[in-house]
Amino acid sequence: MKLTHLLTSAALALGLASAAVAQDKTKVGFIYVGPIGDGGWTYEHDKGRLAVEAHFGDAVETVYQESVPEGADAERAITQMALQGADLIFTTSFGFMEPTLAVAEKFPNVKFEHATGYKTLPNVSTYSARFYEGRAVQGHIAGKMTKSNIVGYIASYPIPEVIRGINSAYIHAKKVNPDVEFKIIWAYTWFDPAKEADAATALIEQGADVILQHTDSTAPQAAAEKAGNVVTFGQASDMAEYAPFPRVSSIIDNWAPYYIDRTQAVIDGTWESTQTWDGIGPGMVGIGEISDAVPADVKAEALALKAAMADGSYHPFTGPLKKQDGSDWLAEGEVADDGTLLGMDFYVEGLTGEIPN
Amino acid sequence: MLKLEKRPQPSRLWTWATPVLAVLITMLAGGALFAALGEDPVAAISTIFWQPLFGEFAFYYRPQLLIKGAPLVLIAIGLSLGFRAGIWNIGAEGQYIVGALAGAGVALAFYPAESALIFPLMILAGALGGWAWGMIPAVLKLRFGTNEILVSLMLVYVAEQLLAAMALGLMKNPEGRGFPGSRNLRQYDSAHNAELIAGTGMHWGVVAALIAVIFAYVLLSRHILGYHIRLAGQAPRAARFAGVRPARLVLFCLGTSGALAGLAGLFEVAGPAGQVSIDFNVGYGFTAIIVAFLGRLHPVGILLAGLLMALTYIGGELAQSNMGLPAAAIQLFQGMLLFFLLAVDLLTNYRVRLVTREVA
Amino acid sequence: MLLSSIDPALLLASLIVASTPILLAALGELVVERAGVLNLGVEGMMITGAICGFAMAVNSGSPVVGFVAAAAGGAVLALLFALLTQFALANQVASGLALTLFGLGLSSLIGQGYVGIKPPPTTRLDLPVLSDLPFVGRVLFSHDLMVYFALALVALVWALLKYSRAGLILRAVGENHEAAHALGYKVVRIRVLAILFGGACAGLGGAYLSLVRVPQWTEGMTSGGGWIALALVVFASWKVGRVLLGAWLFGGVSVLQLNLQAAGVAIPVEYLSMSPYLITILVLVIMSSDKSRAPGSLGRIFHASQ
Repeated sequence: MKLTHLLTSAALALGLASAAVAQDKTKVGFIYVGPIGDGGWTYEHDKGRLAVEAHFGDAVETVYQESVPEGADAERAITQMALQGADLIFTTSFGFMEPTLAVAEKFPNVKFEHATGYKTLPNVSTYSARFYEGRAVQGHIAGKMTKSNIVGYIASYPIPEVIRGINSAYIHAKKVNPDVEFKIIWAYTWFDPAKEADAATALIEQGADVILQHTDSTAPQAAAEKAGNVVTFGQASDMAEYAPFPRVSSIIDNWAPYYIDRTQAVIDGTWESTQTWDGIGPGMVGIGEISDAVPADVKAEALALKAAMADGSYHPFTGPLKKQDGSDWLAEGEVADDGTLLGMDFYVEGLTGEIPN
Repeated sequence: MLKLEKRPQPSRLWTWATPVLAVLITMLAGGALFAALGEDPVAAISTIFWQPLFGEFAFYYRPQLLIKGAPLVLIAIGLSLGFRAGIWNIGAEGQYIVGALAGAGVALAFYPAESALIFPLMILAGALGGWAWGMIPAVLKLRFGTNEILVSLMLVYVAEQLLAAMALGLMKNPEGRGFPGSRNLRQYDSAHNAELIAGTGMHWGVVAALIAVIFAYVLLSRHILGYHIRLAGQAPRAARFAGVRPARLVLFCLGTSGALAGLAGLFEVAGPAGQVSIDFNVGYGFTAIIVAFLGRLHPVGILLAGLLMALTYIGGELAQSNMGLPAAAIQLFQGMLLFFLLAVDLLTNYRVRLVTREVA
Repeated sequence: MLLSSIDPALLLASLIVASTPILLAALGELVVERAGVLNLGVEGMMITGAICGFAMAVNSGSPVVGFVAAAAGGAVLALLFALLTQFALANQVASGLALTLFGLGLSSLIGQGYVGIKPPPTTRLDLPVLSDLPFVGRVLFSHDLMVYFALALVALVWALLKYSRAGLILRAVGENHEAAHALGYKVVRIRVLAILFGGACAGLGGAYLSLVRVPQWTEGMTSGGGWIALALVVFASWKVGRVLLGAWLFGGVSVLQLNLQAAGVAIPVEYLSMSPYLITILVLVIMSSDKSRAPGSLGRIFHASQ
């Protein structure tokens, strides 16, 4: 097997050498998992790309490919970009992890940035955002604003990122409202408006008057608007067309600062493989404008919470906290470490229901 | 005015000419479509058809044609047997998934042991998995008379949910930090469906596809079962008189197409895709239907059609990244290909005559 | 018991809404199949209707214009199918599949500029006294107009097929096209009209998804609804009344599984998601034993010279 690997890389290197032309412009490529018009995840990544173009002007050329399926096709798309001379490639979905690593091995001079992944190589970095900080703010507002004490949560897949979000939101809702209950539906999709609308409707029918979502479309906002008195939050992008009600705030993915930083590093030659996990402080997680539908005192508290997380004085996962099965997790004042958070597979105490699988 | 006259026998000339004609018409219509979208039609068509074969990076793309085409040909061969007999297996996508799950399951069960026996076992498991999934509509059709089109199709959706359940549950990588997806089979040497000759894209799936083409050719032209299949499709009542047992055909056709689709899934999951993930299936089961018809349900035709379809996929991706052509345009292009093929197929079975009004 | 948190009135109301798209599509397909043509392209026609309706509604600001455009879009796509199968005498199964693939691609292409946009809202019925009745009000009197239109269409199609001359001729063509031709009926023309009607209905069903139920446009948003509509026709043994029952059943299962999840019932999610499809298969099996046969000429190519 090793021999064939060697032969393959040799063949490619030969091809690459014959095709390579000296580039003055730095070429930055983006591989998207969805369409740039999705108004959510990919849309925000593309905004980051546009920010890079605006910032660097003629010194940088950007290319992108959208709606790339994960798997063998992704490997081809990434290889294509590398063959065409990209110096830095951002692969914007967890499912691109193996393809990114495979291509990175064949193109050691190209730098790769993999979003939400955890494997690195000398020429592969990973980056992700501490979305759970945004969830803390949402949970606080939800706990205060719910009248039925039932908060609906449209979750996507039972992976650590989503479970972290649920836990963080619940902890902060419970802090301000001990009677609050979370009802969770697992939609098993990141983006499927029809399913999300159905899930939101089902939760509303079960009495929820606040809906949190980890899926990316505006369908839950539309369902909430139809129902009347249901509060929602924008996800991945601001979803401001549903402000000031039902959307009272949102979590905004803001990739621009990171993308500009990394492109600069490639231009300066200082790029190194890193694992970045930034939150509200560095600006990667944005909190959308809290609308006037939220009472002034709640809004002030939420903003104070946001500021505390931004300057690092408060961590959403601070003890005393117990796990759902009753065992102790964090002692008084103890802060959760990144390792546990990254692999989080348990609910905190108080959440009913089970994590699938 | 134009009148259609049925030919006594399908025209041999047109049997081979229709696919070529259909491709040419599609190129023209596709070019018009791209022009309407604001792209240079000649550049677009050449990017799709010419670049992958002879362009700058063709050394990379030519092997990709084999990689992309192998599952299409493998599945289409199986489908063509059924289609010829009037047995419509629309659920190849589901059989593909189940075959992949079965094969990957075997591999993961043996992990981390290394043995030369593991890969053959995986192949067997993949074929069995797909066969079993194809048997469900077969048995229901024979026992209850249920329409196999609808059952096999519904099973595709069931299989997709099963895939999600496996990727998130039973087959999830224990060292994967809670993220969905199985271990990467490409890093597990005994299970890896590697290229036989480096850089050519020829993995065991390609070999299997070629074997399937030969097998189907021999079956259809020399074996009595092949004769029965062709007869059942063309003249069902005559077939019954000739001793064809419909039940046998249903079981054979659905079983074989299921097994071949399952094999395609196995080769894909152990090779190019590498792991069981939620988005593992990309629609080969449905595209293979186009390939089957494009190849006129003939094994050699299917081989050529599969390569052509792979070309439109790869060229399409190239057009997307080089010219910004939307992905949907390529899907439309492929749908048009089938449409035009079905339309010009008319010429194979009917003669078009110019007739003047007859006086009574 | 956890199930007590599910409100039956809301559940039934959701069920009726969820069933409307497939009800419309299945109704159209039933007419087509009664005329003897098997059109597997329902999915393609539905999604084309979804985007046409959405695009026109957004551009014109009126959902009614959207629905009309959706019906037209579905019918135009169906026309391609009609040309292929009735004039070019192509195989109906393959043509239907081609239509689905073509429709999916076409709709994605047209829909490029419409992702993430909010469509104009469709009015909900709000009758002064009736809508406020405790249970019945929510279930029967608070829906949007399209739901009532669909139900009215069901009644109309049933009456026409059963009692009118046109319905009789349609059924005759479907049962035995050779005999119908011998009697002087224009088989091709009747089939083309039926196919167009089927396309229009499927288009309306798709538009209901994009304009009312979700409401948004996404690629591939019908998610197999067209295939379920096809299964529905078989399930209903080609009888109109049963199509309505079947649509409610399938709409109900999809809505119920989400509600069960929200209520915390411990059945694994994937198995709940599989349930509509498994139930479809089960029902198909049961129904196949019912000897109400398909129309005699279903799927067979008609050419006057044969």
